[in-house]
Amino acid sequence: MSDQTYVTKDPRGPVTQLATPMRLDYLFTAGLSLSRNLRGYQRAEFVGQKCPVCGKVYVPSRGSCPVDGVALTEEVPLKNTGTVTTYCVVNVPFAGQSIKIPYICAQILLDGANLSFMGLIQECDVEDIHMGMRVEALWVDEADLVPSLASVKYFRPTGEPDADYETYREYL
Amino acid sequence: MSQIPAAKQGHRPVAVVAFAQSHVVRAETNSNEVEMLMPVVHEVFAKAGITKDDVGFICSGSTDYLIGGPFSFVTALDAIGVWPPKSESHVEMDGAWALYEAFVRLQEGDIDIALVYGFGKSSLGDLDKIFALQLDPYTMAPLNPDLVSLAALQARVVIDQGIATEEDFAAVAARSRRSALSNEFAQVRRDDSVEDLMAEPYAVSPLRRHCLPPISDGASAIVLVAGDRAFDLVERPAWITGIDHRIETHAIGARNLAVSTSTAKAAEMAGVGEGPVDLAEVHAPFASQEAILTTALGLPSSTVINPSGGALAANALMSGGLTRIGEAAQAILDGRAKRVVAHATSGPVLQQNLVCVLEGA
Amino acid sequence: MAERVAVIGVGQTYHRSKRDDVSIAGLVREAAVRALEDAGCTWDDIDAVVIGKAPDMFEGIMMPELYLAAALGAVGKPMLRVHTAGSVGGSTAVVAAHLVAGGIHQRVLTVAFEKQSDSDAMWALSVPQPFSAPLLAGAGGYFAPIIRAYMRRSGAPLDTGMRVAVKDRLHALKNPYAHLKMPDISMEKVEESVMLWDPLHYLESCPSSDGAAAMVLGSEKAAAQAEASTGRRPAWVHGMAMRSEPTMFAGRNQVNPQAGRDCARDVYAQAGITNPREQLDCAEVYVPFSWYEPMWLENLGFAPEGEGWKLTQSGATSLDGGDIPWNCSGGVLSSNPIGASGMLRFLEAALQVRGLAGEHQVEGARKALGHAYGGGAQFFAMWVVGADRPE
Repeated sequence: MSDQTYVTKDPRGPVTQLATPMRLDYLFTAGLSLSRNLRGYQRAEFVGQKCPVCGKVYVPSRGSCPVDGVALTEEVPLKNTGTVTTYCVVNVPFAGQSIKIPYICAQILLDGANLSFMGLIQECDVEDIHMGMRVEALWVDEADLVPSLASVKYFRPTGEPDADYETYREYL
Repeated sequence: MSQIPAAKQGHRPVAVVAFAQSHVVRAETNSNEVEMLMPVVHEVFAKAGITKDDVGFICSGSTDYLIGGPFSFVTALDAIGVWPPKSESHVEMDGAWALYEAFVRLQEGDIDIALVYGFGKSSLGDLDKIFALQLDPYTMAPLNPDLVSLAALQARVVIDQGIATEEDFAAVAARSRRSALSNEFAQVRRDDSVEDLMAEPYAVSPLRRHCLPPISDGASAIVLVAGDRAFDLVERPAWITGIDHRIETHAIGARNLAVSTSTAKAAEMAGVGEGPVDLAEVHAPFASQEAILTTALGLPSSTVINPSGGALAANALMSGGLTRIGEAAQAILDGRAKRVVAHATSGPVLQQNLVCVLEGA
Repeated sequence: MAERVAVIGVGQTYHRSKRDDVSIAGLVREAAVRALEDAGCTWDDIDAVVIGKAPDMFEGIMMPELYLAAALGAVGKPMLRVHTAGSVGGSTAVVAAHLVAGGIHQRVLTVAFEKQSDSDAMWALSVPQPFSAPLLAGAGGYFAPIIRAYMRRSGAPLDTGMRVAVKDRLHALKNPYAHLKMPDISMEKVEESVMLWDPLHYLESCPSSDGAAAMVLGSEKAAAQAEASTGRRPAWVHGMAMRSEPTMFAGRNQVNPQAGRDCARDVYAQAGITNPREQLDCAEVYVPFSWYEPMWLENLGFAPEGEGWKLTQSGATSLDGGDIPWNCSGGVLSSNPIGASGMLRFLEAALQVRGLAGEHQVEGARKALGHAYGGGAQFFAMWVVGADRPE
């Protein structure tokens, strides 16, 4: 019952690929919770949001506490500084990449937050990056601030002593 | 305790005990998917008198192409709070099929309660372009046919085969909009006369604008409970006595578009004809599709069709089919009906169809 | 209450970086036809089709199952489409198995596929979403920091991942369907390969493949008929489970996710397994990046926390003399048609307990684990299959 192999008589052989270019444009909805983060970026500020049930502080938020399934209700201002909990050095080129490889992609736990997020580290040799490194956000010029993470130019080492492993062990 | 109605397919009895939906709107610009879904989930839990910790299985329906990014269902889980970890699954289909998966999962007796939800925002992209990607990628998608044109091809067959007229389409639209006046969640709620509707120009002949569904954002959710436990939660559970779904060939040219063989087969398997049908919620996004479906379902003329207003009044994609089941079940939960039929469709011009029969005790 | 479920037929494609000899329909059909032949049945014997694949954006086709209905003999039947990220191949098999376990159907065809050459998965995974944190690094960049955290916590030697990369490629040489065939693979070769996402070398990462997997799952009655007509015995499902947890939340253990541990505990309880290393004969586990072998050895209870790497280092997971061979087929590191990768794990576990794995057969295998994970290591699907009919 195997399918028979079909061979075309055309000397050019079978067609093996067909390209259908398409373009789709989307309007994204930020939502109420993420809007607080986005307006924060526009003010060069990180805005943490606290879960009314578990009390954890999220930044950025996607609209809820993922553990409790409830809206985050309280804003908590955060500083520009944080700790590299873990990282990798990206050395693979791919479409849409805007940064020259190799570069450092780190999970950054902002001071006062309970969730790390991925950020770009610059002003740091790839050999020097390590877990526990203290970093700070460098914002774009005030005129260029936008309601997006693009307002953060990148993170860079502060030169402070490393954070104690115990302070970020739970946030890897 | 009330008796559970006999199930057509001899399965473990499963009932809808709660249904909730968002207000269906043209564009929900304040809330993202999580924020749109979360209140619906909270409401359905409250109606069932349970919390997420009581749920043994979760299943959802959505599609990535509505939001334009991969894994839209992953983010949506944040609306539930799946912690501690949950037994959970997702279909890239309307939530009605997620309900089917949950129904099946409840058959084995190890779990009793399931949460089902569907969500989608149609306002974010261009539906005509998006749904062209649903067609055969080698022969049809490159032609870029839009949804309305495909539905118009089908409507032409319906007219030519004498199944319905353009006036009939307008009457379906007028009735749906009027019914929606009593449904606060619907989007198109109007009292239009057939004459006024017939005066509209064609969108794509033979379809006028009123034959087309609105573009909608929305979400809905259902709690399913198996066995006697349903009576502990609500007075009148809506028991699923039959449920089935079938698919047809994708090749539009190989089908008689005025006949829905998959709906007819699913209706037969679900036992639609084995009793009276008080009301039916039929998922017919285009006015021209309703006659095809009511015929295939074998509904008696006494059956009230789409008292919610149906998809012509609110067409939140990926939750629209689930909402049909929810609306039909609600009539039993409220004591307004004894035996109801719900139908959901997916794919171009009614390619895939699901039929569900629900009965009160 | 649940009916027994058997794997009565399996089929897979020859996985390649580019299967330009077939369309998507041809690809899935190739696997499905082999599964039907193995089960000794025809399209007419199939009651329903359950299909899975990773995000639709990978191929640019929305709900491709609609167009595949005819190619998979689903016309007039029920067809379900599952999507649970990278775990989808496993979840799809589980959903299909529940259709039999729930007494709904006698024979269900389940299929999973990916045609990566028609697509750009790196692009699809990196579609810019204006409000989300930009994914700066692709899939490997997501997992590499987690791997680094594992290295830090466990103190595993730096060459642990490289050993996995070599071992699985050596296994693949014994599997005719495997994509990567690297007879000259060595620790040196892995170490010399480009460091893509430090600490992950190029050769420690999975390839990008075109391929499909299919299985016919049947009831006890269907299993008896299949065995009578083909002379090949079925694999019996002894336990199956799925678990999900949120992508990110405060205090989430990404190295050893709770959902994976819970899923394993559930599936072992169903299968009566208290010591997986001793009671299972082999495992097919979703290891797309080499370091996930030691991490999942711990997550799945084959080793205590922090000691998975010791099994890898000792050769315990090798088909060549190990006591608990992992990924005898070559695993995801050797063939990665994303949507199908999870189902291939489930399928290979079934092959082993049926004694039909050919050159990569674990001698006398009676019980095996099939495993898949996806998303940010947050979705899990597993089954344990055995040669014996469960009680």
